[in-house]
Parts: sequence; C-alpha cells; structure tokens
Amino acid sequence: MTVVYFTRDDHEPIIDPAIPEGWELVVGCEVHCELSTETKLFCGCQNKFGEEPNHNICPVCLGLPGSMPSVNAAAVEYAMRLGLALNAEVQGSVFSRKNYFYPDMPKDYQTTQFDLPTNVGGHLDLPNGVRVHLERAHIEEDTGKSTHIGGSGRIHDATHSLVDYNRAGVPLVEIVSRPDIHRIEDAKAYASELRAILLAIDVCDAKMEEGSMRVDANVSVRPLGSNELRTRCEVKNINSIRSLGRAIEYEANRHIDLYNSGESPNQETRHWDEAGGRSISGRSKEDSDDYRYFAEPDLVPLVPTDEEIQHIRDTMPMLPAARRTRLLDASSADPEAVDLVVGRGQDDLAFEVIAGGGNGNSVVKHLTNNLADGIGQMSIESFVALLQMETAGDLSSTQTKTVLADLVATGGNPTEIAASHGFEAMDNSELEGILDQLIAENPDEWARFAGGDRKVQGFFVGKIMKATRGQADGKVVNQLMQSKMG
Amino acid sequence: MSSPISREDVAHIASLARLSVTEEELDLFTGQLADILDHAADVESLDAHDVAPTHHPYPMTNVLRADVVRPSLDREEVLSQAPSTESGQFRVPPVLGEA
Amino acid sequence: MTETALSLAAAVRNGDRTARSVVEEHLTAIEAREGDINAFNLVMTDSALAQADAVDAQVAAGEDPGPLAGVPLALKDNMCTRGVATTASSKILEGWEPPYNATVVDRLATAGAITMGKTNLDEFAMGSSTENSAFGVTHNPLNLDVVPGGSSGGSAAAVAAGFASLGIGSDTGGSIRQPASFCGVVGVKPTYGTVSRYGLLAFASSLDQVGPLANNVADAAALYEAIAGHDHMDSTSIPLPALPVSSELDHGVEGMRIGVISELDGSGIEGISADVQARTRAAVDALAAAGAIVDQVSVPSVVYGLSAYYLIAPAEASSNLSRYDGVRYGLREDGANNEAMNIASRTAGFGDEVKRRIMLGTYALSAGYYDAYYGKAQKVRTLIIDDFAAAYENFDVLVTPTAPTTAFEIGAKTEDPMTMYVNDICTIPSNLAGHPAMSVPYGVGDDGLPIGVQVLAPLLGEVAMFRAGAALERSLV
Repeated sequence: MTVVYFTRDDHEPIIDPAIPEGWELVVGCEVHCELSTETKLFCGCQNKFGEEPNHNICPVCLGLPGSMPSVNAAAVEYAMRLGLALNAEVQGSVFSRKNYFYPDMPKDYQTTQFDLPTNVGGHLDLPNGVRVHLERAHIEEDTGKSTHIGGSGRIHDATHSLVDYNRAGVPLVEIVSRPDIHRIEDAKAYASELRAILLAIDVCDAKMEEGSMRVDANVSVRPLGSNELRTRCEVKNINSIRSLGRAIEYEANRHIDLYNSGESPNQETRHWDEAGGRSISGRSKEDSDDYRYFAEPDLVPLVPTDEEIQHIRDTMPMLPAARRTRLLDASSADPEAVDLVVGRGQDDLAFEVIAGGGNGNSVVKHLTNNLADGIGQMSIESFVALLQMETAGDLSSTQTKTVLADLVATGGNPTEIAASHGFEAMDNSELEGILDQLIAENPDEWARFAGGDRKVQGFFVGKIMKATRGQADGKVVNQLMQSKMG
Repeated sequence: MSSPISREDVAHIASLARLSVTEEELDLFTGQLADILDHAADVESLDAHDVAPTHHPYPMTNVLRADVVRPSLDREEVLSQAPSTESGQFRVPPVLGEA
Repeated sequence: MTETALSLAAAVRNGDRTARSVVEEHLTAIEAREGDINAFNLVMTDSALAQADAVDAQVAAGEDPGPLAGVPLALKDNMCTRGVATTASSKILEGWEPPYNATVVDRLATAGAITMGKTNLDEFAMGSSTENSAFGVTHNPLNLDVVPGGSSGGSAAAVAAGFASLGIGSDTGGSIRQPASFCGVVGVKPTYGTVSRYGLLAFASSLDQVGPLANNVADAAALYEAIAGHDHMDSTSIPLPALPVSSELDHGVEGMRIGVISELDGSGIEGISADVQARTRAAVDALAAAGAIVDQVSVPSVVYGLSAYYLIAPAEASSNLSRYDGVRYGLREDGANNEAMNIASRTAGFGDEVKRRIMLGTYALSAGYYDAYYGKAQKVRTLIIDDFAAAYENFDVLVTPTAPTTAFEIGAKTEDPMTMYVNDICTIPSNLAGHPAMSVPYGVGDDGLPIGVQVLAPLLGEVAMFRAGAALERSLV
C-alpha cells in the first residue's frame, strides 16, 4: 500500500509523535557520497580508505605550487548515473572554486560545482510514498582529515592538530534535498533508501561508519499549520542512521525549548556528539566566509552528449523501488518481508529460486526468517528442491527449517539430509490410524470439534505431533480431520 | 567623489585573505587600491549586459582522464619540506573552529 | 659569445665542441658579472656541469642528445625543479624544493638544454621591473642603473649578459615581452594552452603562459618547438603538437597583411616616448619595404585591457596564492592557533605588491562586487576577442610597440603602483585574448637602451608571427 503525503508547497501539517505537540519538524538533508572510483577526482592517486597517513598523495591532491587538476572520467560517469537514478536532470557543468582557509584543504579552496552542477532537481520516493524533492547533486573534491590532539580529542581543547591528505581529492557527489522531510522516521528512511540506491548502482559503498556516506541534517521547526521556514541549524558528524534520528530529535527539541522560553536558535553549524546525546555549537554560519566563487580556470566545461546520457539510462541497474515491486508481484509475500529481502540485496537470489520452481512466498519467508546471513553452502537447486518438498507436504515446517540449516552449513541434498534425520514422509494410513485411536480415546473432544469448535483442533494436532514425534505434516492432519467429520 | 573602497573594506578583505596589516599599511593600501579601482571604473561603466564572459581563451570541453592509478609521491620527500610533522602527518597549531 | 644557441647545439651534436666547454664558458661569464647584475636566485654550477657531461657522453655513444644539446639556459624561478629550490622570488618559498619537475623542465632536459640556474623575477611574477623580488633587484646588463623589465627580468638579463644562450620566462600581462624589449632580446608569449603550465607556480591561471627568450628569432623558434605541444597533466592544454615555426622563418612577408593597431599607435599610449614611436614606425616601414601590405586597423576594446587585466589577474592570483598558508611547505611563522599561524606566515612571507594584488583580487571577487568587477572584466575579454577577430579578417598579423619607453631607472616607478601598471598597456591585450605575441629588438632609443617592437597574431598564428618577426630582424642589417 502506498501512502502519498502532500509536498512542502501545499501540504497538510505532518505530525510526528516524537515531536512536541503543536510543532512541525522541517528537515532537509545534505548527503556527501564518496564515489568508489579507482582514483581521486583530479589526480591519479589511489582512492582507498584506511591507508597509512599521507600515503596516496601527489602534487595535485597536496596542492603543491604549480600543480593542476585533471578530471576523472569515471567520477563524472558515476555522478551522472547517480543523478539519473535520482530522477535529476543531467546538464552541462562547470567546476568552480569555493575559497576558504582550513588546514585540511590543500589549496585553501575547494574545487566544486556552483552555478552549473552536473545534476539539477530530481526526487527520491520513500518506501512509504513520501516524495523528497532534490535541489541538485553536484561533484566536488573531498578534503583531507584532521585529528585534534590533546585535551579530549575535540577541537575546542586540542593542543595541536595533525592532517592526513589521503582523503583530499577523493570524488564526492553532494546531494542536497529540499526541506521536504517532516518526520524523524522519514529522515531515516531517506538515508536508508539513498544508501540502497547507491549500492544498487554501484557508485559508492555507502558506509556511514567509514565516512563514505556522510549525512548532514538541516533542522528547523515551525508551528503546526504554518508554512514559514524558521532558522535552521546544520548538524554534522552523524555516523549512523540511528544517530541521524537521535540528532534530529535532539535538535528539534532544542529549537522548541528555545522558542518556548522566548528565544530563538542562532543560524549555525552544530556538531553531533553521539556519546553525549547532544549537538554542540560550531562556527556561526553568518560569519561563514564569503566564498568568492568563480569558474575554475584550470578546468574546462563538461558537456555530456545525449548518447552518453541515454547509455547510462539503458545500463542503469534495477533500483530498490523497482526491485521491491518486482518481488512483491512475483511472490505476493508480505511487503515488509519483501522490503527486508530487497534491502539485504537478496532479491536476485529470490528470483533465481522462483525461476527454478520454488514458491515465491516461501522463499521470501525463509530469506526473512532464516537466511539473514545468506545461503552459505546451500545451492540454488537444493533450495528449490527443499521448498518443493515443503510445499508438497513431504516435510513439515519444523523439519524444513532443520534441513535448511544443514544445507546452509554443509551443503548437500535435501532428500538425503531429510532421510538422515529420519524425516520420512508419513504414510497417510498410519496417520489415519493414529487419528482414529485418538478419536476413540477422546470422544467428547471429538464431538465438540465435529460440532464446529475449532479451538479443540489444536488438542488433536498436538497429540498427533507428540505421537509422531513431530513428523506429521500439519496440513495432512487437518485434511484428515476434515474428512473424518463426514 | 566617494572612494570605491574604504578602510573598513580593506580591513575586511585583509582578514578574508589571512593577511594582517598595520594602521599605516591600511591607509597606504586603501589609497592605492582606491586608485586602481578608480582607473578600472571605465570597465565598470561599460554596458556589456548582452556579452557573455570569457573564462577560457581557447574554448575546449570534456577534457577527461582515465580512471587508472598512477604512482604517488614518496611521503618522506614531501614531509621533509613540511614546516612541522608528527606521526607521518602535517602538524598545525590548534584550529579555532570547524570548517 | 656571439654564437647562436642553434650553432652551439650543432657544434655539440657534431662533437666539434663539448657541452662542458660551453657550460664552463658561460659560468665564467656569470662569475664576471653576476655580482653586478643579480640575474640568478641560484646558479646551478654542479648540476649544469653534470648535465653537460651527460650530454657529452650521449654524443660519444652515438645517441641523439636532443636538438638543443649543450645549450646553456636560464630558467625563471617560478618553474618547479625537483630537489632544487623554487622560490618565485618570495620569502614564503625560500628554500622550498619541489618533489617534482614542471613538464617544461622535463622537455628541456629531453632537448638536451643545460639549466644554468633559476633566475630572479618579480615576486610571484607580479611586476614589470624585477624590483619586487625578495632577493634583490636585477640590473639591466646594458646599463646597471636601469631595470631589466619584469617579471621575467632575470631570464632576460641572463640572456642579454651572455650568462645563458636561451631563457625561459612566463608571461601573464607582458612579463616575457617587456623585459625582452628592455634588454634587447627576443621574447615570445605563445598561444594560451600551447605550452604546459603544469609545474609553473600559478599567478593568473587564465592568462599565464610559459615562453622562450633568446638572442635571435631562430633560437627562440627552436626553443618554442622544444617546449610546446599537448600535455595531459594540464587540462587547459590544447591537443596539438608544437607548430612548425622554424621551417617558415625565411619565407618573408611578401603579401602578408600587417595591421598597425591605431589605439596603440603613438599618442594613444600614455607616456609613450618619441623614440619608441619612431622605432615602431621604422619597423612597420621595413615590413612594407619587404613586401608586406601595411595599414592601420582599429581594435577599439584594447583600451579597456589594462583595467580588465587589473581585475582578472589579481582575482585569480588571490585564489592561487591561498595555498601558501604555512601548513604543508614554505615559511611558517608560529601562532597561538592555526588561523594566527596562517596570518603571521603570509604577512611575513609576501611582499607589498603581492599583498596589494591579493587584496585587490579578493575584493574583485567578493560578494556584491563580483558582477561589477571580475564578472564585468571577463566580459571585456569577450569584447577584446571579438574586436581582434574582426581585425584578423583583414590582416594576418598586427604590430605595436612592446613597451611605452625604454628601460627606466631602478626605483623610478616604485612609489605609485599605477605608473608601473601602465607599462603593460601594449602587451596585456594578447594575454586577455589568449593570442600569441612576440617582441623583437628593433634598435635603441635616445638613451642607447633597446627598444622592442611587438608582433601579434591570432590564436595558433605562431607561424605567421615568427615569419614577420624574422623579417623584422633581417631588416636590421
């Protein structure tokens, strides 16, 4: 079921139960994605996380005097693919310089895209149907990394800082959303869905804990029913989806408390302190430098052709939303289970099983409940065969689960494994015999069942299971009981 | 005629450019910069609203590099030219604020 | 040393002379007069001799040592030389040794040229007299009381003094051509994008070009061919090889249409001296006598060139020089925090002219002023390009004086920046348009000091430009 909320321009106020009554949350996200190219954006240094400090540096990414940038073709292609996956318009673009001083900036300007970014507009639809509009998704270079030494390791009481430029020049796409998010859960879903898209199109490994996907939240609040946009604060240093939720909740409440005491928040950048569960004031955004943007004279414009753009469209991998629909249609399984399977990247596997003859609903159920870590040693053929045995009633669900665990652990053939456990398919006549005996021994209960009391069914099923040491197939037992009613 | 640039302007841009200027220098530079900008007033008053700017004298587009790793610099050679290093990194005095 | 670079190279390649003997000869010249002239920030005695020996070894082994084998060359100290101090004549880079070579430096080595040393310049190439250096003034070899011009004054002086047979400079608003004019040598600014800027310490990225200085047009042509051509490390590099200028030098100017830019002819130029006007006229007459079709032509927007330049160049420079912050290399003056350290380092490290241009440029880019200043100046470039294009529909090359006067006295123009800036009025338009231009010595002024005449050509018009320059040179017999 899809639920459509109104867009920012014309919507009914959206109530988030986690936000104090009478207030509406307004959130926009800026997400920086490190592209998983081989080399950096403007030089041939290796783009790799976790190396020894200052191991992947050259005159260009170190900003040495006389160095000049040269644009990585793959980075541009990945950026266009990401833009198209986000329904953006891909256009001719120009790199610009954003001038400000900071020790992790090798040139003390960042080469980014300002008035002509690669991707303009676009949107991301959340699984629950909310549409988050995007402003742009532009290409820029990452900075180096500073570590603050001494004191608590935070910037405020450090004795000095150390800078590593391995990350300087790594290609980024910055995705800027409009402030279309009004619930904490939607913000988390936005980040999750974006992550799923990045993985599906293979442009970024999206590891928030490693910083290859960095989510900053622009948070403000407004009285419920109002359309105004009040002062917002940018919260940075959010390292997980869970933190994103916590940070937004904290920040929204901080704003509301200020308004309630007759004050208002300053427009500023704030640093999220996960351990302390709070945001801390950083630099005021007001005295943010005048960045003095101008077109980068050392680079020429990028003009993608229609053919290039069409090729990227034609070769676009299937996106999570389409994957969910596809699996839902093929399996008629529970939508939440489908979401989970697709989210884990197991839907291609599910389709292989379905194509091999396995029941869609069953495969989704098993993937969800029993196969979070994958199918291990189990082959597709075995999985299919096992499911068919389950569907045919040759194995009960409990037995199926046991055989499944063995297949995953050590591989093999489900029929043989079932046999080795002694899971024979029960002969119906044997079952019937057991049932007849039970009916004879428990006439009052049977009369109640025959009279329409379904509650007493479990009494008989339980006894049969006990008598057969769990080997009876529940479906067959039910059929027999029905037929005995006459 | 009012000056195109004031002392306050010069003090502000000096700080943007991470330069410090003495009071005397502030006066001197303000006068000199005002002179230069006065001279540039002929450009300022030109009507060029339908003229496109030239960013590159020789127009080119799509200059791209293949995504192939090339050798990096030797870290020691680079660090040997640095004013201050520690643990293979560049060392700087404490930074005032987050970027 | 009346030998040309080409004849020196021929002698070395033939084995008639050793490269070592050539280098030793030039080292002797340096020893004799460098103390008075101060052309070099660093004389590279040991490495020059080692390079010479390597060339001689190649010749002995029958290997090709390159077209400029054994020719001593003076390299402007804003070109990166691995392991050798590269300072841009600034305190902020005093002693800095790059871990890499500029592309041009590699190409010079391949050509067999011998780098005699790194030459003095106006700090970060900002100036027209080489008086803005942190390491002392360079004196004009023809008269020690006057400037050699700038910013490539050191390279021009080195060639004029016989310290080297060839020179490499950089030209952003005239910094190769004007010193060439002041020192009586040939100086060429090639088409923007034809000589790699990778490894050139950037001043104004959309205007800078590296180019040759030499005693004669043929030598300059040979050096141009050795360094020009596409470089993948420079994304503004035009994907073409060097133009074949040497082969066309003797073709003369019969039928060539040569225009004299009326806005830059005589009275249009503030402070132009009569002898410069006279020599320029003589040059034009000589070209006509050699068969060229000469006429006046108007390029109206060039009168805005100076103003546009002094908005664009400092703007780009202010950004290019931000990296000098005391963090990764260069001068560091301590501070309580990083910001204070940046300020202290840059304030101590940069000279006044550099600071002035950084501030001017910061202003021209700043919020609220971009449209009126930098933005507008970029439009003026388009107007200049359009006016040049119209002129080149009817002319093959254009001619102007290179500079309004002969070399002025040291200290004469340092009081007021504007008086220095107007030196560049004839040279700046070519940088704004990206066009090639060259200065050819054409006699002397009343004070006996050299006067250069400038030949301008359209984008990639080097062949016609060199032909006209060669014809000018030949006419001075």
